[in-house]
Amino acid sequence: MTDLLDLDHVTKLYPIGGFFSRRMMKAVDDVSFTLAAGKPEIFAIVGESGSGKSTMAKMILGNEVPSQGRLLFDGADIRTIRSRAAREAFMAKVQPVFQNPFEAFNPLTRVDEYLFATARRFRQAQSRAEREAVAEVALQRVGLSLAEVRGRYSHELSGGQLQRIAVARALIPEPKLIVADEPVSMVDASLRMSIVNLFRQLRDELQVSIIYITHDLATAYYISDRVVIMQKGRVIESGDARTVLENPTQPYSIALKNAVLPPDPAQASAIIRGKQRTEGVAAGP
Amino acid sequence: MHDVLALRPRQAAVPPKDVLTVESLRAYYINEHFGVRREVRAVDDISLTVRRNEVYGIAGESSSGKSSLIKTLAGAIQPPMRVVGGRVVFEFGGETVDVYGRPDRLKSARWRHLSYIMQGSMNVLNPVRRVKHAFHDFAFRHMGLGPAAFRQRVEGHLERLGLSPDVLEAFPHQLSGGMRQRVTIALATVCEPEFIIADEPTTALDVLVQQEVLGLLKDVQARMQASVIFVTHDMSVHAAISDRLAIMYAGRLAEEGTTQALFSRPQHPYTAHLIGSLPRIGDVRVRKGLPGKPPALSDPPSGCRFHPRCPLAIERCTREVPLMLPSATGGRVACFRAGEIALT
Repeated sequence: MTDLLDLDHVTKLYPIGGFFSRRMMKAVDDVSFTLAAGKPEIFAIVGESGSGKSTMAKMILGNEVPSQGRLLFDGADIRTIRSRAAREAFMAKVQPVFQNPFEAFNPLTRVDEYLFATARRFRQAQSRAEREAVAEVALQRVGLSLAEVRGRYSHELSGGQLQRIAVARALIPEPKLIVADEPVSMVDASLRMSIVNLFRQLRDELQVSIIYITHDLATAYYISDRVVIMQKGRVIESGDARTVLENPTQPYSIALKNAVLPPDPAQASAIIRGKQRTEGVAAGP
Repeated sequence: MHDVLALRPRQAAVPPKDVLTVESLRAYYINEHFGVRREVRAVDDISLTVRRNEVYGIAGESSSGKSSLIKTLAGAIQPPMRVVGGRVVFEFGGETVDVYGRPDRLKSARWRHLSYIMQGSMNVLNPVRRVKHAFHDFAFRHMGLGPAAFRQRVEGHLERLGLSPDVLEAFPHQLSGGMRQRVTIALATVCEPEFIIADEPTTALDVLVQQEVLGLLKDVQARMQASVIFVTHDMSVHAAISDRLAIMYAGRLAEEGTTQALFSRPQHPYTAHLIGSLPRIGDVRVRKGLPGKPPALSDPPSGCRFHPRCPLAIERCTREVPLMLPSATGGRVACFRAGEIALT
């Protein structure tokens, strides 16, 4: 059985510097992992800014091509996607959810238009009634209804609602994989857990695999089945999420875990007091 | 309109250990178009005090009015926002400053006694000028020193904060995000003010850097014995840095108390939810989100503004506004069913 997603020694290089001082920067460095088909899971990619996690998302979504190595989706190399038809078939199977829902939706476009356009393109819903039916089903999945969303602009909805709509839109093509890049970092605290729980529900009820990209170890621990921890483009630790995050073995993973502030005043204040003399700021890429 | 800090002689009404006293403060955004008056009650009847040498945390979601509140406290509001009632009184080493008393000429109390640390360090530091110019622009005229002595003082201050004086010659883009945020902390503390307002200073930073910046801020605060208002929506950050904590919901305070008491025995259902829903490593219990959404401040619910989302709401909550009253844990809480919620 072919794997759903197979990264085989994937490296992505970006040129930096001017014409005369051109160097290649490794945004993603020799990363390999697979997501099995028929076994939906939440796969977390954890790292700080500059760790290459967003470049990974771009490659998995087919927006960037690996410089070295192969990235196979459903057994096919994403480099072989050339025609418009092949690209649309690929897009139907892999869908994104972005970080900031206020930026993901055009403020001048009604949000239901996104749902209808996706339904027309990927579900061949020609008539208005068909499109509305498709949108309604998707919105029901995320705990909303078309009546609440119809004709609304993004500024009329809360961040949590918009992020649900973004997930509903991603569900319309009936994808096999959703790539969610920091999906809850811009969502209010009281709504955050409902979005996180929604991903679990999608995995269990719709059999969708989810790549959850985050810098937040606590939510990664809470929802993921497997996790990879990235630093400067390399995967430094990977495995079962509970095992890795409870007992990290690499120095960087341990430092990351120890920097997570626990919701306990005594422990949390001890952490920042112990750390104030440490020098060295994470350098940019 | 109210952007001048008025200085008045010391008043006996304010006890000296409270550096900031806020009494029934109301600040609304008021729009009048074609005779139609619209009010957004962003700060609605808030009373609080901040003591000397403490970090007072303010937690709330987006559009809970926390930014409006601190702008009002700093006297930095502009139309259409207006203060419609209440008082904001600072007590700076012998000087009493009534922010919305009468406008006065003494603007210089700013930066020297009251400074800010802002979220976007890139917006504070001019991208086309070296960091030293920022120090000059913000602090030079408040310190009353000659150029050489000023430079020396700034360098000494940076060194105490663990920063190399070389950052003065750097452009902001040459520094990492964490370094820039440390520079803004240095900038806000160089005049050794009694009062610092920090608005989400670590939200944009990575976890490892966040930890260091919080440690630095706590260290500076303790050394200067300053009072800090620390605003963030991140409850874990409050757990780490705040001595006392106020929870804001839809323009009002829901609960206030020592951070320890709020985390161990929250009295308000909203506080209990905020704390109970935090995931932590090693704990696999299912966390639930709150139903509903944060209310629009232009059209808030009647009675207690939290009642449409509250698991304990009773009929009374829909009619009456709960007042901030002393709570069982020594703080204050605005809830008719205070203390009945169990931390899940």
